[in-house]
Amino acid sequence: MQMNIEDLTVTVAEGKKILDHFSLALAPGSIHVIMGPNGCGKSTLSKVLLAHPHYNIVSGDIIVDGNSILPLSTDARSRLGIFLCYQNPISVDGVTNSEFLRTALTETTQERINVYTFMKAMEKGIEELSMDPAMMHRFINQDFSGGERKKNEILQMKMLKPKFVILDELDSGLDVDSLRIVCQNVNQYKEENPDTTILLITHYPRILEYIHPDYVHVMRDGKLVEMGDLSLAQKIEKEGYLGTTSMGGEHHGE
Amino acid sequence: MGLVEIRGLNEAHIREISNIKKEEAWILDYRLDSFRYFMNESMPSFGPEIHLSFDDIIYYKSSVADSIQDSWSRLNKRVTEELDELGVIESEQHMDGIGVQYESEVIYHNMIDELKEKDIIFTSIEDAMRKYPELVRKYFGKIVSNHENKFAALNGSVFSGGSFIYIPPHTKLDRPLQSYFRISSRSMGQFERTLIIVDDDSELHYIEGCTAPDYSESSLHAAVVEIYVGKRSKCRYTTVQNWAHNVNNLVTKRALVDEDGEMVWVDGNIGSLVTMKYPCCVLKGDRSSGTCITISVASTNQEQDTGARMIHLGKNTKSKIISKSIARNGGNATYRGDVKITKDALYSEAMVKCDTLLLDEISKSDTIPRNLTENDSSTIEHEATVSKISDENLFYFMSRGIDKERAMELIILGFLEAFRSELPMEYAVELNQLLKRNL
Repeated sequence: MQMNIEDLTVTVAEGKKILDHFSLALAPGSIHVIMGPNGCGKSTLSKVLLAHPHYNIVSGDIIVDGNSILPLSTDARSRLGIFLCYQNPISVDGVTNSEFLRTALTETTQERINVYTFMKAMEKGIEELSMDPAMMHRFINQDFSGGERKKNEILQMKMLKPKFVILDELDSGLDVDSLRIVCQNVNQYKEENPDTTILLITHYPRILEYIHPDYVHVMRDGKLVEMGDLSLAQKIEKEGYLGTTSMGGEHHGE
Repeated sequence: MGLVEIRGLNEAHIREISNIKKEEAWILDYRLDSFRYFMNESMPSFGPEIHLSFDDIIYYKSSVADSIQDSWSRLNKRVTEELDELGVIESEQHMDGIGVQYESEVIYHNMIDELKEKDIIFTSIEDAMRKYPELVRKYFGKIVSNHENKFAALNGSVFSGGSFIYIPPHTKLDRPLQSYFRISSRSMGQFERTLIIVDDDSELHYIEGCTAPDYSESSLHAAVVEIYVGKRSKCRYTTVQNWAHNVNNLVTKRALVDEDGEMVWVDGNIGSLVTMKYPCCVLKGDRSSGTCITISVASTNQEQDTGARMIHLGKNTKSKIISKSIARNGGNATYRGDVKITKDALYSEAMVKCDTLLLDEISKSDTIPRNLTENDSSTIEHEATVSKISDENLFYFMSRGIDKERAMELIILGFLEAFRSELPMEYAVELNQLLKRNL
């Protein structure tokens, strides 16, 4: 999937500008990282790509394989193959993980899925992520630890087979072992599906030890201010975001 | 017996009903006593406004068969077809026994032979009054008084049909018994009377289903259900009412639970115009327990005023109320509950949990709990939430390719899961279909 985000300006309901003439081209199979201090707009970007109702597009466009996706609803964009791995996945009472995932898979593929085939595939994913098999029959993320929630997101990714994966703060809430397992699964997915585009959104460079990006971008105040390779991330780790270019007078990091 | 239709309410009509049924004197006396109380009693001072013209209601309409049948082929062909279309005949294979009431009379009753051998009784209340008068008289009207409220009194005046079940001591059934209530005529009132006795050390699961076609004239369903749960016995009573949107559903249900007994009400309210129903457990025996799990779905013009009552009399008694309400398109779903732990009911525990889901801005919901404990060693826990389907929940589902309607459906079914999981499998499936049609 080729995605071009073109000169995108986005506000929230109160009129505050969150993305400011933001542009980025993501070629099929590439791995991009967007780093930036808290509040720079990077998590907003991930939600805007999936048409979250709280944001207004003021100008600009999002083009996927030559067509604007702005008219498409969240579910239609998902069915195109855009997947968001949430920073803080919600929990939902009364809906089991398997019921949810099976519905998502049916809607995504528009095919009736054999229960047995589905269960087998889900069990395999659960094992690869070292999750408790009983989670299938538990309600979505109910009483899940932060790590289990993130694993559940990756399980959904593996099953739904998206072409464009946004990983929003993948490492938050994960201990070292879980982080390793989750990243192994992401890398394995990328290996098996080399055309998958990955957009990694992160505050900390730590995760880049596991997932190696082609491009590193730095975001500030709703726009990209610097681009480079892994060495840029290493520089940020050493010097923090204060060292990056286009620094204004205000201080954003925490 | 020819076709009889009795419209309007007066003493002569009540005598006529009694006469048709060839009742003993005490039953007629009971009817007349109920009628006097009904005439003097005002409409309920709480809850939804009820618009009923008592003179226009049909209080009795004779059955299409001369007697209760145990074979579908012996029923009127049109009625059999109607019941078949409703899935009643198909459902028999999942039950140990089934009864059907059409308008005012029970027309069909059957149960598997094993139950007959165990001396289980499952028949209409009239049949029971004739064949087992002592047994009926011991409990009839003792658990729900005919002076209890206006509609219990109305039922006492004109009751017709309903089930009688007796489970002897040390008897367990593998599968539920079911009764199905069908109103077919316009302006019909249905006033069945159910009496269930689960004797000591026994178990019963009873399922009640009901439907009526949608007419513009309002009709009335005012039933009374009395249950006695013996020592160490268990009774579970499952209803999903799907009355048409012109039916006023005003029902009094109560169980008296003896030592170590356990009563569970599983009560779903999806249809009707107005429903007022608060299944009750009187926890008389020490260590007895009562549970009521109820859902209400209220849509345009519908008022579901439902809840539960738990009266703790014995020591170490336990009760639990779980209520889930959904209001949409201007409907009103209200929880009205009453938990009372009396002075002598020491070391008792009650838990109440009410959750409401409002699907739009024009729908209404209220939670009206009354929780009272009269001793220091007991506790009542109460928890209530009102929520709507959040943007974040919808976004999460939709971001996985699920369209908005399907997402809402899943979230709503999830909200009702605590209730759905209490239903037998085939009922849970039916409920899902019903909810999808109604949402």
